[in-house]
Amino acid sequence: MEMSRPNEPTINTTNIKSAKQLSQYALLLILTLLVLGPFLLGLWTSLMPTADISKGALWSKNISLDNYVTAIKTTPILRYLLNSLVISTVTMLFQVLLCSMSAYAFVFLKFKYRKQLFMLFLMTMMLPFEAEVIPNFSTVRSMGLLNHYAAMVIPFLTAAFGTFMLRQAFMQMPTELKEAADIEGLSHWQFYWHLALPYTKVTLMTLAAYSFLSSWNQYLWPMLTTFSDNFRPVQDGLRQLQGQESFNNWGMIQASAAIVVIPTLIILFVGQHYFKAGLNEGAVK
Amino acid sequence: MTITLNQLSKTYEESAQPVLKEVSVQINDGEFFVIVGPSGCGKSTLLRMIAGLTSISDGKLTINGKLANQVPPKDRALSMVFQSYALFPFMTVAENVGFGLKSRKLPSSEINHRVDDALAMVNLSDLRDRKPKELSGGQRQRVALARAIASEAKICLMDEPLSNLDAQLRAKMRIELKQLQRNLGLTVIYVTHDQVEAMTMADRVMVLNDQRVQQIDTPINLYQRPNNAFVAQFFGTPQINLLKANVAERELVIDSALHLPMTKTQINNSKVLVGIRPADVRIQIGSRGANARVATVSYLGNQSVITAVLNDSQTIRIVADSQLQIAADDLIKIIGVEDFHIFDINSQKLIGSQKGDVSDARVAATEF
Repeated sequence: MEMSRPNEPTINTTNIKSAKQLSQYALLLILTLLVLGPFLLGLWTSLMPTADISKGALWSKNISLDNYVTAIKTTPILRYLLNSLVISTVTMLFQVLLCSMSAYAFVFLKFKYRKQLFMLFLMTMMLPFEAEVIPNFSTVRSMGLLNHYAAMVIPFLTAAFGTFMLRQAFMQMPTELKEAADIEGLSHWQFYWHLALPYTKVTLMTLAAYSFLSSWNQYLWPMLTTFSDNFRPVQDGLRQLQGQESFNNWGMIQASAAIVVIPTLIILFVGQHYFKAGLNEGAVK
Repeated sequence: MTITLNQLSKTYEESAQPVLKEVSVQINDGEFFVIVGPSGCGKSTLLRMIAGLTSISDGKLTINGKLANQVPPKDRALSMVFQSYALFPFMTVAENVGFGLKSRKLPSSEINHRVDDALAMVNLSDLRDRKPKELSGGQRQRVALARAIASEAKICLMDEPLSNLDAQLRAKMRIELKQLQRNLGLTVIYVTHDQVEAMTMADRVMVLNDQRVQQIDTPINLYQRPNNAFVAQFFGTPQINLLKANVAERELVIDSALHLPMTKTQINNSKVLVGIRPADVRIQIGSRGANARVATVSYLGNQSVITAVLNDSQTIRIVADSQLQIAADDLIKIIGVEDFHIFDINSQKLIGSQKGDVSDARVAATEF
C-alpha cells in the first residue's frame, strides 16, 4: 500500500500525456487526409475510364493504366516532359553555379561598395516576377529568342534569392577554414571548388531542388514565350491538352497530370536523404 | 629561418585605439618562442600579423632577411595550427593532412610519403580514413599538427592549440609538442594565455600586456628577474606577493611589525612595492613575536598554501611544508624571506632585487 501511493500521480500524468498525444495524432491524421485527399483522388481517377468519371463515380470495374497509354500515345506529353526536363535541369545547374560564385564574391572577396552592391542585389528579390514580365518579354523578343529553350532559361540563369541563401551559408563557415586555406596557399578558385562548395553541400542541394521545382512549375512565362509543342513545358502543355480536346478526356488528362507530378515527387524523395543535419560536424573544436 | 619584428604596431581601421604598440624582437632559427599574456593583450593579433592574415599598420616584419609586410601568407613559408583546428569536415584524416600539398601540385607519391610520415609522427596512422567528427578532441588536434608537419614549412605558428583539451591531455601534448619541435628543428611561435605552457615549453617568452611588450626573456629569467610587477605576478603559482612598503634608512617597512633590511640598493622613492614569492617566505608558528594571523590554509599534498593577514591588513600568501601543523586564526611569525624584488609603486618597474636571508626580518613590535 505504501509503495503504490507515491506512484498514483505518475500513472495519472502518463494517462493524461498519452491522451494528449492521441488527440494530437488524430488531428494530424485528419489534416493529412485533408491535404492529401484531392491528390489521392486525382491519382485514383487517372486509373478510371472517362465515362465513369463523368458520371461522378468513385469506383469503377475497369481500373487500368489505359489512360496512361493513351496519354503517351496520342498526346505530346512526353515531348513536354523532355522540354521541361531540359529547361529545369539547365536552369538549376546554372543557378547553383552562378549563385554560388556571386555569393562567394560577396563573402570572401574584398572590394569597394560590396555592401551597396549586395543591397542592390536584394532589392531585385523584392520585385515580384509579374512586374518584370513585360520588360523581360520585350528583351527576349528583341533578342529573337521567342519560342525557344533560351527564352525560358536565360532570364533565370541566376537568382538573387539563391545568392542570398548561399551567402548566408558561406558566412557560417568558420573563418579559420579560410585562413588555413590562405596559409596552405589555395587560390580563390581552389577554395571555392574544393572547400566552400563541399562545405555548403546541404544548402546547395536545397537550392538545386528549389530552383528545379520552381522552374518545373513555371506557367506564366512559358505561356507568353512559347507557341509550339517543340518547346512547350509540361505545365503549359497540360493546359494545352485540356483546350485541344473537343470532348474532354478527363481520365487521360488526369493521367498526364500524374505523369507531370512524378519528377517533383522523385526530387523531394531523393532530396530528403541529403537534408539531414550534422554533415559538417568536426570542422572546428 | 629567423623572423625579425621591428616596431610592429597594429591599429584597426574602425578604431583609433591601437591593439599593439611597437613590438620588436628577433626570433631565432629552431627556437620555441612563446607569446603569452592575458586575453585581449593582442597576442593573437601579433601572431596573425606574422602569418599575414592581419595587415601590419606600422613597423617592419622580416622573414629570413626579407621584408615580408606585403607578402601573402602562402609565400611566407610557414604553417599554422589553429585553436579550433580548422579541419575540413568532409575529408578524411589523410585527405586533411595532404590537402595543402595537393593544391600545391606536388607529385602524388611525394604527398603520400609526407602524409604517411606526418601521421606516423603524431600516432594517427590507424585513423587515417576517419572523418574529423569521428575523432576525439585530442585526435583532431593531432590531425591539425600533422597538417603543419606535412607542409614541411620550417616556421610553425600555433594559436592556443591546446586550450580545448582537458588538463591531463594538455600536459601530455605539451611534452609531445616540445619533442616534435626539437626533432624537426622547427621554429615555433606559440601563443597562449597559460603561464604554465609558456614556462614549460619555451626557449624564450614574450610577455604582452596593455598592447605592449613587458619582457622578452628565458623562463628562468622571467621568474627570477621580472622587469616589472606585471611579469612578476603573471608567472608562478601561487602568485607573488606584492606588498606596499615605506622606505626607511636601510630598511623596507612593510608594516609596523615587519621590516626587511636592505643591503645595497639605493632607493629614492619613499613608497615601493615589495615582491616576495610565497615559497620564499619563512615562518615560525606561535604567538611569541607574531606579526601575522592565518586566514586560510589550503592543503596541496606536498605543501600547503597559507594566506595570512599582516598587522596593517595586507594579505600575504605563503607556501609552507604540509607537515606544518597550522590552522586558520593561528598566529605566525614571518622570520625572513629568501629573495625579494622592489618595484616602483607608480610605474610598477623593477628598482632592484635582493638576495635576502631566511632569518632577516625584523619584528619591530608585538601588537598581536
